[in-house]
Amino acid sequence: QFGAEFRRFSLDRYKPGKFEDFYKLILHIHHIANLEVMIGYADVHGDLLPINNDDNFFKAVSSAHPLLRVFIQRQDEVDYSNFGSNTLSRKKKALVTLRNDNLRRRPHINISMPHDFRPVSSIIDVDILPETHRRVRLYRHGCEKPLGFYIRDGTSVRVTPHGLEKVPGIFISRMVPGGLAESTGLLAVNDEVLEVNGIEVAGKTLDQVTDMMIANSHNLIITVKPANQRNNIIRSSRMSGSSGQSTDSTASHHSLSTSHVLQNFHPDEMESDEEADIVIEGGLEPQHIPKLHSLTSSSLSRINGSSLSHRLQRDLVLNNNSGRESNGNIHKLLSSLKTDPRHSLVIPRGGIEEDGTVITL
Amino acid sequence: MRRFLRPGHDPVRERLKRDLFQFNKTVEHGFPHQPSALGYSPFLRLMAIGTRSGAIKLYGAPGVEFMGLHEENNTVMQIHFIPDQCQLVTLLDDNSLHLWSLKQHGGASELREEHRFTLKGPPGSPPSATQVTAVLPHSSREVLYLGTESGNIFVVELPSFRVLEDRTITPEAVLQRIPEDNCNRRSCELVEALREHPKNPDQILIGYSRALIVLWDLQNNKAIHHFLGSQQLENLYWQRDGSKFISCHYDGSYTQWPVSSDNRQSEPLENTVPYGPFPCKAISKIYWQTTKNGLPYIIFQGGMPRASYGDRHSISVIHGSQQTAFDFTSRVIDFFIIFSSDPAAEFDDPSALVVLAEEELVVIDLKSAGWPAVHPPYLASLHCSAITCSHHVSNIPLKLWERIISAGSKQNIHYSSMPWPIDGGTNIAPDPPQRDLLLTGHEDGTVRFWDASGVCLHLLYKLSTVRVFLTDADPNDNMNTLGEDEWPPLRKVGTFDPYSDDPRLGIQKIYLCKYSGYLAVAGTAGQVLVMELNDEDAEHVVDHAEADLLQDQEGYRWKGHEKLKTRDGPVRFEAGFQPFVLVQCQPPAVVTSLALHSEWKLVAFGTSHGFGLFDHQQKRLVFVKCTLHPSDQLALEGPLSRVKSLKKSLRQSFRRIRRSRVSSRKRRGGAGNASEVQEANAKFDQDVLQEMELAPVQRKIEARSAEDSFTGFVRTLYFADTFLRDSSRHCPSLWAGTNGGTVYAFCLRVPPAERRMDEPVRAEQAKEIQLMHRAPVVGILVLDGRSTPLPEPLEVAHDLSKSPDMQGSHQLLVVSEEQFKVFTLPKVSSKLKLKLTALEGCRVRKVTVANFGSCKTDDYSENDLAVLTNLGDIQIISLPFLKLQIRYPCIRKEDVSGIASCVFTKYGQGFYLISPSEFERFSLSTKWLVEPRCIVDIPELTSNNHVHNESGKENASRKPSPGDCEEDERKSGRLMEHALLNDEKVLKEIQSTLEGGR
Repeated sequence: QFGAEFRRFSLDRYKPGKFEDFYKLILHIHHIANLEVMIGYADVHGDLLPINNDDNFFKAVSSAHPLLRVFIQRQDEVDYSNFGSNTLSRKKKALVTLRNDNLRRRPHINISMPHDFRPVSSIIDVDILPETHRRVRLYRHGCEKPLGFYIRDGTSVRVTPHGLEKVPGIFISRMVPGGLAESTGLLAVNDEVLEVNGIEVAGKTLDQVTDMMIANSHNLIITVKPANQRNNIIRSSRMSGSSGQSTDSTASHHSLSTSHVLQNFHPDEMESDEEADIVIEGGLEPQHIPKLHSLTSSSLSRINGSSLSHRLQRDLVLNNNSGRESNGNIHKLLSSLKTDPRHSLVIPRGGIEEDGTVITL
Repeated sequence: MRRFLRPGHDPVRERLKRDLFQFNKTVEHGFPHQPSALGYSPFLRLMAIGTRSGAIKLYGAPGVEFMGLHEENNTVMQIHFIPDQCQLVTLLDDNSLHLWSLKQHGGASELREEHRFTLKGPPGSPPSATQVTAVLPHSSREVLYLGTESGNIFVVELPSFRVLEDRTITPEAVLQRIPEDNCNRRSCELVEALREHPKNPDQILIGYSRALIVLWDLQNNKAIHHFLGSQQLENLYWQRDGSKFISCHYDGSYTQWPVSSDNRQSEPLENTVPYGPFPCKAISKIYWQTTKNGLPYIIFQGGMPRASYGDRHSISVIHGSQQTAFDFTSRVIDFFIIFSSDPAAEFDDPSALVVLAEEELVVIDLKSAGWPAVHPPYLASLHCSAITCSHHVSNIPLKLWERIISAGSKQNIHYSSMPWPIDGGTNIAPDPPQRDLLLTGHEDGTVRFWDASGVCLHLLYKLSTVRVFLTDADPNDNMNTLGEDEWPPLRKVGTFDPYSDDPRLGIQKIYLCKYSGYLAVAGTAGQVLVMELNDEDAEHVVDHAEADLLQDQEGYRWKGHEKLKTRDGPVRFEAGFQPFVLVQCQPPAVVTSLALHSEWKLVAFGTSHGFGLFDHQQKRLVFVKCTLHPSDQLALEGPLSRVKSLKKSLRQSFRRIRRSRVSSRKRRGGAGNASEVQEANAKFDQDVLQEMELAPVQRKIEARSAEDSFTGFVRTLYFADTFLRDSSRHCPSLWAGTNGGTVYAFCLRVPPAERRMDEPVRAEQAKEIQLMHRAPVVGILVLDGRSTPLPEPLEVAHDLSKSPDMQGSHQLLVVSEEQFKVFTLPKVSSKLKLKLTALEGCRVRKVTVANFGSCKTDDYSENDLAVLTNLGDIQIISLPFLKLQIRYPCIRKEDVSGIASCVFTKYGQGFYLISPSEFERFSLSTKWLVEPRCIVDIPELTSNNHVHNESGKENASRKPSPGDCEEDERKSGRLMEHALLNDEKVLKEIQSTLEGGR
């Protein structure tokens, strides 16, 4: 649950009530009633501050603009030194030095990034795409939800030097209720699919596009031309808003049910995502496999779901695999993670990166 | 993505690629799909076959083949060779005529279309006026006579196709000389046949559909004789000396007519209904062949009693008291007789009857007693029983080759020993570089061994697995053993038999070890047979074992077919491959993968439920592994339930097809039958496109999951001696890949040879790899320390391969439908990969390692992957770096069966089915290229022409004498004699020049 989910719910801004109730509400919403957790929030300056009494809870609610980002951590993992002024922006600076210029232009972007939430979708490359297009990234990894949409052939009208021309295109034809695609709210029926993971679909058949999407299903990036163009990002506001507020303005423009992350996106990231194949050594009874697999994938998701520290992973891995995993393997596993700067920097780059092959016994 | 935008432009590599790779479709093997016309040139000794798709194929001596394709893709209706020329004329169903010629180009002959022509009537005339029904290329080689539906006979000049309007033979002109009482304008409708007088080129016989036959004098433009039959005419044939001709009719009768000089309206000599007295079907074509002994051969097509044998496709041969009706399993398209082509010879002396049936070519030896069939060296009917799989083995050792041939020759004793009678042209292609075998598995449980070394795909040996099993229809269905006085005297000929007794017998996988002669075949009902080559007949018991692939999983019920029942006790097997082990999978699902290791004496097999390993030395099942996901009901229940679930979607798609067919027909307004089908097909795509807007086809976008159906389906099995456990010790291993993207690796312990029978083979699962993208695994390969694929079993033992490098680190290549991925061994960590589907939207259908040699230097060769995708493209991908080298479009992506049937060879060639009966052969290599290269000589064409021109002039200068009309009756006899004499001289002259030329 940690670093894996995020929920949105509303509170009456002017009558926030007691912290005690809020705490219960949080536990209830996240179905973690039996855990001790630490609740924090991001204030106007991007600092991570704790919520542990009625006063700072009230402060947090009143300062929310309009969203209050609440971070929930397990009590025993909270690094109290993290709280305080500028904690988030300090991390962000480290990040800026590593990332490219695109990012530097809009450094406040990360303020709104929920570090220990796993995103399910995001709009990316807003700055390089035409306003009429939207590039959506779906993070299916570790998520039990099906992608849940259908595509079809169709015709779209293009403006060409010879006037308007009908050309064949691929469109979203149906959304599965409760599926990932529907729940993001970023894709809709009759949206025209223009690209799949950076590759144009023009000239490709429905079956080819289907195969491409399925092949990329662990990290699907679809560029669409939404059928409903009213929710488009308005470029002027984005340009002027050099602060993290742009995120929220986008959000309000979309009036979507789920939050999403505006993230700068480098094409190389498409390449860098690695699906790790699972190698199981030794003879195993076939009926163990599904179980083992789900275990492995969940541990993977924890590794890669943006988390605040390695301890979390270690704890979880150890908890789940107690008695089944030798220390050596864990060490291997962790060392492989440490070699990746992204992990040590705790940057949630999409949350689906996996490196190396995970070996379990 | 970026690496595709900037492909490595290493000029050295680019140059090398040009020396290594080249794509060519080289030759079509097998029998042309939907043949529609047949032609033969006794002069060239070449046969031509036209098809409904507009292809024209010429065949001569083995290896002499030409192919042409009419641009219009219309049905070829008729083929006529121009006498004594390397030219032929085709008539298509769109009424167009095409002139083709064989010309030498670059040392070899080529078939090329020279001219095309459509006969045009005067404006406003109905299309039937110019609808060509009969074509006669005149022996002068200057003109074509075209009989039409309207009864007009047009004359066109060759090769220009200029209509000589003044020479048109109109019905009016014909009727002028014929008494009105028994003929009218309607008698001259539709020209059914045109035949040139065998001795006098100035006379042609015109047969009209309504039984009026006219002998026409071309010089004087008038009818010399007319003959009036009582039944609708089908065809005509001249006797060799021109004194008689024979006509055949719609009612199944044939009539002989004398051509005498004294009376202008002849009465028939003889009128026979060979299969009377009950109503008979039409005799559509007839030959009258004279022989030295006086008894003629009368050979005709059809004429069977309508009620009882009307459905037979027969050709009858009558010679004295001998009479046989050859009974074909498919419709007879056309036939011809090979007879003495020497114009000076007195008799025809027919030697062979060549019959083109819809599904096969049958040649009957008319010289040997009993008229046995001749084994054709080409045009084999690959689809005698539907092809279910194929397997190619390159570079067969001579010893095995000879043993297979000798086993095959024992099967072919009933064939005639006559040399192949169609022997025109000269094959100048270099001898095939090696002996290659193509094995095809068939629906009826047979495996056919084809010599695929050269241009002619030739059947060497046929293996049947039926004998091992008890089937409903026991093979005592000898259709030929009809009683002596059976009438009509039908005799079944040909091999085409599309009916399978039991679909469970179908062969699905074949693996032949060329070094040991071990053969493993696996079939539809989970049967796996291991066979050994034995040069003698033998009777023995086949060891039988069962492999329960579900092991102890409870609660499953197989709803598919039952397993095959086996025969108890010893079974007699003929010389050849004889089974000694039978493993039956339980449930008896179709075997989806097969591997044989002849050195370790192990056979591995997989189905949709799991896989197993069998020790065929000790005849013991080593292990089975169930790969089935517990929730996968579909795979469990077998093919039947799957059909049920597909039913609805199938019904819908059929409905859609039917709707579009109907709509396309409406638009056309109904025309020719064959063309309709084709045009409907051509418009089909368009219709589909249009319909997409009406009822869009949807595709679900969903990631694969472990719960998907058929994830346990075993797609590939592979034996390797490699480092599976640790990097210091290598051991035998078995690898299996499934539809769900899982790879299982088993470590095997095979006892050394001296204790092979005493100790059991042991297996232990060592690794299981789950590919994250879960795409079906279609290929597994281990590369040795030098990144060379491991050699085949026994290859090293036979000194045909370097032993693999067991020092360096081995690598594992896993090919899924979506990606190529190289892992290190023994620690399976991903090293590099190539994503195909994610980037291009295509999927791997077939993959093989192929060796490519450079055409420039003999000492360079490399191993690459040859890949066929679901879009029909062929890609070559380098090893071990997985770089795309080159891509060729090969098969249309709609041609699903073509893509499914593709098989690659070890040296960069390949085969795929372009129709149920034809393999297209292609080559990706610059070095290994098997294509026809042949020369058809025209003996002394110029002098020949000269002679003929002279004779033509002579004829032309012979002006009609005055008062010809009155004296016609008296003079005609003498004139004809004169003409005969004249022509004889000319013919002899031609003959001598021909001989001189040779």
